Amino acid sequence: MTLQKNKRYAVVDETHCVACGSCMKECPKGAITIPCGITAKIDTEKCVGCGLCAKACPASVIHIEILKRGEEDGNK
Amino acid sequence: MGTNKKKNWYDYLWLASLLYLILGFFNILFAWLGLLCFLIPLGISAVKGNKTYCNHYCGRGQLLDLLGNKLKLSRKKDIPALIRSRGFRYGFLTFFLIMFGNMLFTTYLVFSDAGSLKQAVQLLWTFKLPWHFAYHGTIAADWVAQFAFGFYSVMLTSTVLGIITMVLYKPRSWCVYCPMGTMTQQICKLKDKSS
Repeated sequence: MTLQKNKRYAVVDETHCVACGSCMKECPKGAITIPCGITAKIDTEKCVGCGLCAKACPASVIHIEILKRGEEDGNK
Repeated sequence: MGTNKKKNWYDYLWLASLLYLILGFFNILFAWLGLLCFLIPLGISAVKGNKTYCNHYCGRGQLLDLLGNKLKLSRKKDIPALIRSRGFRYGFLTFFLIMFGNMLFTTYLVFSDAGSLKQAVQLLWTFKLPWHFAYHGTIAADWVAQFAFGFYSVMLTSTVLGIITMVLYKPRSWCVYCPMGTMTQQICKLKDKSS
Protein backbone atom coordinates (compact mmCIF):
# COMPACT_ATOMS: atom_id res chain seq x y z
CA MET A 1 0.00 0.00 0.00
CA THR A 2 1.32 3.46 -0.84
CA LEU A 3 0.66 6.11 1.78
CA GLN A 4 -0.88 9.40 0.72
CA LYS A 5 0.80 11.54 3.34
CA ASN A 6 3.64 11.33 5.84
CA LYS A 7 2.80 8.99 8.66
CA ARG A 8 4.06 9.51 12.19
CA TYR A 9 4.34 6.56 14.49
CA ALA A 10 5.94 5.62 17.79
CA VAL A 11 8.92 3.29 18.05
CA VAL A 12 10.01 1.51 21.25
CA ASP A 13 13.61 0.69 22.14
CA GLU A 14 12.66 -2.82 23.22
CA THR A 15 16.00 -3.62 24.84
CA HIS A 16 15.53 -0.86 27.40
CA CYS A 17 11.74 -0.92 27.82
CA VAL A 18 10.78 -1.81 31.42
CA ALA A 19 7.23 -2.82 30.46
CA CYS A 20 5.68 -0.59 33.14
CA GLY A 21 2.63 0.27 31.05
CA SER A 22 2.76 4.07 31.40
CA CYS A 23 2.61 4.42 27.60
CA MET A 24 -0.30 1.99 27.32
CA LYS A 25 -2.37 4.06 29.75
CA GLU A 26 -1.74 7.26 27.80
CA CYS A 27 -2.40 5.98 24.28
CA PRO A 28 -5.70 7.44 23.05
CA LYS A 29 -5.93 4.88 20.24
CA GLY A 30 -5.30 1.74 22.26
CA ALA A 31 -2.36 1.02 19.98
CA ILE A 32 0.00 -0.22 22.70
CA THR A 33 0.10 -3.63 24.32
CA ILE A 34 2.63 -5.36 26.53
CA PRO A 35 2.45 -8.98 25.44
CA CYS A 36 3.97 -11.46 27.89
CA GLY A 37 5.15 -8.60 30.16
CA ILE A 38 8.42 -8.20 28.29
CA THR A 39 8.21 -4.97 26.29
CA ALA A 40 5.69 -2.49 24.90
CA LYS A 41 4.59 -3.19 21.32
CA ILE A 42 3.08 -0.53 19.08
CA ASP A 43 0.44 -1.34 16.49
CA THR A 44 1.64 1.00 13.72
CA GLU A 45 -1.71 0.73 11.93
CA LYS A 46 -3.51 2.21 14.93
CA CYS A 47 -0.73 4.60 16.02
CA VAL A 48 -1.19 8.22 14.92
CA GLY A 49 2.18 9.39 16.25
CA CYS A 50 0.71 11.84 18.77
CA GLY A 51 3.71 11.35 21.07
CA LEU A 52 1.76 11.04 24.33
CA CYS A 53 3.40 7.68 24.99
CA ALA A 54 6.88 9.12 24.43
CA LYS A 55 6.13 11.91 26.89
CA ALA A 56 4.85 9.48 29.51
CA CYS A 57 7.57 6.85 29.17
CA PRO A 58 9.61 7.11 32.39
CA ALA A 59 12.60 5.44 30.75
CA SER A 60 12.36 7.73 27.69
CA VAL A 61 12.75 4.80 25.33
CA ILE A 62 9.93 5.73 22.92
CA HIS A 63 10.46 8.13 20.03
CA ILE A 64 8.40 9.23 17.06
CA GLU A 65 9.46 8.37 13.53
CA ILE A 66 8.06 9.73 10.31
CA LEU A 67 7.39 7.55 7.31
CA LYS A 68 7.88 9.81 4.29
CA ARG A 69 5.15 10.22 1.66
CA GLY A 70 5.15 7.45 -0.89
CA GLU A 71 7.31 5.07 1.13
CA GLU A 72 6.06 1.53 1.23
CA ASP A 73 4.37 0.27 4.38
CA GLY A 74 6.77 -2.62 4.42
CA ASN A 75 9.75 -0.30 4.90
CA LYS A 76 8.71 0.61 8.45
CA MET B 1 -3.45 10.28 32.72
CA GLY B 2 -3.87 12.68 29.87
CA THR B 3 -6.90 11.07 28.25
CA ASN B 4 -10.48 10.96 29.46
CA LYS B 5 -10.86 7.21 29.55
CA LYS B 6 -13.49 5.42 31.61
CA LYS B 7 -12.07 4.70 35.03
CA ASN B 8 -11.84 1.19 36.37
CA TRP B 9 -11.89 0.13 40.02
CA TYR B 10 -8.15 -0.45 39.91
CA ASP B 11 -7.50 3.14 38.90
CA TYR B 12 -8.16 4.07 42.51
CA LEU B 13 -5.57 1.76 44.04
CA TRP B 14 -3.37 4.78 44.70
CA LEU B 15 -5.70 5.38 47.65
CA ALA B 16 -4.64 2.03 49.11
CA SER B 17 -0.97 2.98 48.76
CA LEU B 18 -1.56 6.31 50.44
CA LEU B 19 -3.62 4.71 53.20
CA TYR B 20 -0.85 2.16 53.77
CA LEU B 21 1.71 4.91 54.37
CA ILE B 22 -0.67 6.76 56.71
CA LEU B 23 -1.61 3.66 58.72
CA GLY B 24 2.08 3.05 59.40
CA PHE B 25 2.10 6.23 61.47
CA PHE B 26 -0.69 4.91 63.70
CA ASN B 27 -0.02 1.22 64.05
CA ILE B 28 3.10 -0.33 62.62
CA LEU B 29 1.51 -3.78 62.41
CA PHE B 30 -0.39 -2.63 59.32
CA ALA B 31 2.99 -2.79 57.57
CA TRP B 32 2.38 -6.52 57.11
CA LEU B 33 -0.20 -5.64 54.46
CA GLY B 34 2.69 -4.45 52.29
CA LEU B 35 3.50 -8.09 51.60
CA LEU B 36 0.61 -7.97 49.13
CA CYS B 37 2.68 -5.56 46.99
CA PHE B 38 5.36 -8.26 46.82
CA LEU B 39 3.32 -11.42 46.52
CA ILE B 40 0.65 -10.29 44.03
CA PRO B 41 3.04 -9.05 41.27
CA LEU B 42 5.31 -12.07 41.70
CA GLY B 43 2.30 -14.37 41.64
CA ILE B 44 0.78 -12.78 38.53
CA SER B 45 4.06 -12.87 36.59
CA ALA B 46 4.82 -16.46 37.65
CA VAL B 47 1.33 -17.82 36.95
CA LYS B 48 0.04 -15.66 34.10
CA GLY B 49 3.36 -14.55 32.62
CA ASN B 50 2.53 -10.87 32.32
CA LYS B 51 3.02 -7.56 34.11
CA THR B 52 -0.64 -6.77 34.74
CA TYR B 53 0.27 -5.64 38.25
CA CYS B 54 2.67 -2.95 36.99
CA ASN B 55 0.39 -2.08 34.08
CA HIS B 56 -2.85 -1.71 36.04
CA TYR B 57 -2.76 -2.45 39.75
CA CYS B 58 0.34 -0.73 41.13
CA GLY B 59 -0.93 1.86 43.58
CA ARG B 60 2.49 3.40 44.01
CA GLY B 61 2.84 3.96 40.26
CA GLN B 62 -0.58 5.62 40.21
CA LEU B 63 0.30 7.77 43.22
CA LEU B 64 3.53 8.98 41.59
CA ASP B 65 1.63 9.60 38.35
CA LEU B 66 -0.88 11.69 40.25
CA LEU B 67 1.76 13.70 42.12
CA GLY B 68 3.80 14.30 38.99
CA ASN B 69 1.06 14.95 36.44
CA LYS B 70 -2.04 16.15 38.29
CA LEU B 71 -0.21 18.08 41.02
CA LYS B 72 2.55 19.03 38.56
CA LEU B 73 5.34 18.20 40.98
CA SER B 74 7.53 16.60 38.32
CA ARG B 75 10.08 18.38 36.12
CA LYS B 76 9.32 15.73 33.46
CA LYS B 77 12.92 15.47 32.33
CA ASP B 78 14.53 12.38 30.83
CA ILE B 79 15.98 9.96 33.34
CA PRO B 80 19.79 9.59 33.05
CA ALA B 81 20.83 6.72 30.78
CA LEU B 82 22.75 5.19 33.68
CA ILE B 83 19.57 4.62 35.73
CA ARG B 84 17.76 2.87 32.88
CA SER B 85 20.77 0.68 32.09
CA ARG B 86 20.52 -3.02 32.81
CA GLY B 87 23.55 -2.82 35.11
CA PHE B 88 21.88 -0.27 37.36
CA ARG B 89 18.50 -2.00 37.37
CA TYR B 90 19.88 -5.41 38.26
CA GLY B 91 22.46 -3.86 40.60
CA PHE B 92 19.71 -2.05 42.49
CA LEU B 93 17.63 -5.22 42.59
CA THR B 94 20.58 -7.12 44.07
CA PHE B 95 21.22 -4.39 46.66
CA PHE B 96 17.52 -4.30 47.50
CA LEU B 97 17.37 -8.07 47.99
CA ILE B 98 20.50 -8.06 50.18
CA MET B 99 18.99 -5.33 52.39
CA PHE B 100 15.71 -7.24 52.47
CA GLY B 101 17.61 -10.35 53.59
CA ASN B 102 19.29 -8.24 56.26
CA MET B 103 15.87 -7.13 57.48
CA LEU B 104 14.71 -10.75 57.64
CA PHE B 105 17.86 -11.67 59.60
CA THR B 106 17.15 -8.88 62.12
CA THR B 107 13.64 -10.30 62.48
CA TYR B 108 15.13 -13.77 63.02
CA LEU B 109 17.43 -12.43 65.76
CA VAL B 110 14.41 -11.07 67.63
CA PHE B 111 12.53 -14.33 67.01
CA SER B 112 15.37 -16.35 68.50
CA ASP B 113 15.84 -13.95 71.45
CA ALA B 114 19.33 -13.05 70.22
CA GLY B 115 18.25 -9.46 69.61
CA SER B 116 15.73 -7.06 71.05
CA LEU B 117 12.85 -5.27 69.35
CA LYS B 118 13.88 -1.90 67.94
CA GLN B 119 10.95 0.49 67.64
CA ALA B 120 12.47 2.45 64.78
CA VAL B 121 12.07 2.87 61.05
CA GLN B 122 15.28 2.96 59.03
CA LEU B 123 15.00 5.42 56.17
CA LEU B 124 17.19 4.98 53.10
CA TRP B 125 18.91 2.09 54.92
CA THR B 126 20.77 4.70 56.98
CA PHE B 127 18.70 7.06 59.11
CA LYS B 128 17.02 5.56 62.18
CA LEU B 129 13.76 7.37 62.88
CA PRO B 130 12.13 6.77 66.28
CA TRP B 131 8.74 5.19 65.58
CA HIS B 132 7.58 4.14 69.06
CA PHE B 133 4.38 6.17 68.63
CA ALA B 134 3.11 3.58 66.19
CA TYR B 135 3.69 0.61 68.47
CA HIS B 136 1.22 -0.14 71.22
CA GLY B 137 2.30 -3.64 72.14
CA THR B 138 0.99 -6.79 70.59
CA ILE B 139 -0.50 -10.07 71.66
CA ALA B 140 1.78 -11.62 69.07
CA ALA B 141 5.51 -12.13 69.55
CA ASP B 142 8.07 -9.32 69.28
CA TRP B 143 9.40 -10.61 65.98
CA VAL B 144 6.02 -9.86 64.39
CA ALA B 145 6.47 -6.19 65.28
CA GLN B 146 10.16 -6.26 64.28
CA PHE B 147 9.21 -7.50 60.81
CA ALA B 148 6.58 -4.76 60.59
CA PHE B 149 9.14 -2.05 61.44
CA GLY B 150 11.57 -3.54 58.91
CA PHE B 151 9.00 -3.90 56.17
CA TYR B 152 7.64 -0.41 56.68
CA SER B 153 11.25 0.84 56.42
CA VAL B 154 11.51 -0.84 53.01
CA MET B 155 8.20 0.62 51.84
CA LEU B 156 8.89 4.13 53.14
CA THR B 157 12.41 4.14 51.69
CA SER B 158 11.20 3.08 48.25
CA THR B 159 8.41 5.67 48.38
CA VAL B 160 10.90 8.41 49.25
CA LEU B 161 13.20 7.32 46.41
CA GLY B 162 10.18 7.22 44.10
CA ILE B 163 9.17 10.74 45.08
CA ILE B 164 12.71 12.11 44.62
CA THR B 165 13.01 10.65 41.10
CA MET B 166 9.39 11.67 40.35
CA VAL B 167 10.35 15.30 41.05
CA LEU B 168 13.71 15.17 39.25
CA TYR B 169 12.68 13.16 36.19
CA LYS B 170 9.33 11.82 34.95
CA PRO B 171 6.41 10.98 37.27
CA ARG B 172 6.82 7.20 37.12
CA SER B 173 10.64 7.17 37.10
CA TRP B 174 10.53 4.73 40.03
CA CYS B 175 9.14 2.12 37.60
CA VAL B 176 12.45 2.19 35.71
CA TYR B 177 14.44 0.77 38.64
CA CYS B 178 11.65 -0.70 40.80
CA PRO B 179 13.00 -4.03 42.08
CA MET B 180 9.58 -5.67 41.79
CA GLY B 181 9.23 -4.44 38.21
CA THR B 182 12.70 -5.73 37.31
CA MET B 183 11.98 -9.08 38.94
CA THR B 184 8.57 -9.56 37.32
CA GLN B 185 9.92 -8.59 33.89
CA GLN B 186 12.70 -11.16 34.30
CA ILE B 187 10.18 -13.81 35.38
CA CYS B 188 8.07 -12.99 32.31
CA LYS B 189 11.14 -13.31 30.05
CA LEU B 190 12.06 -16.68 31.55
CA LYS B 191 8.47 -17.91 31.31
CA ASP B 192 8.26 -16.77 27.68
CA LYS B 193 11.53 -18.54 26.82
CA SER B 194 10.43 -21.78 28.44
CA SER B 195 7.08 -21.86 26.68
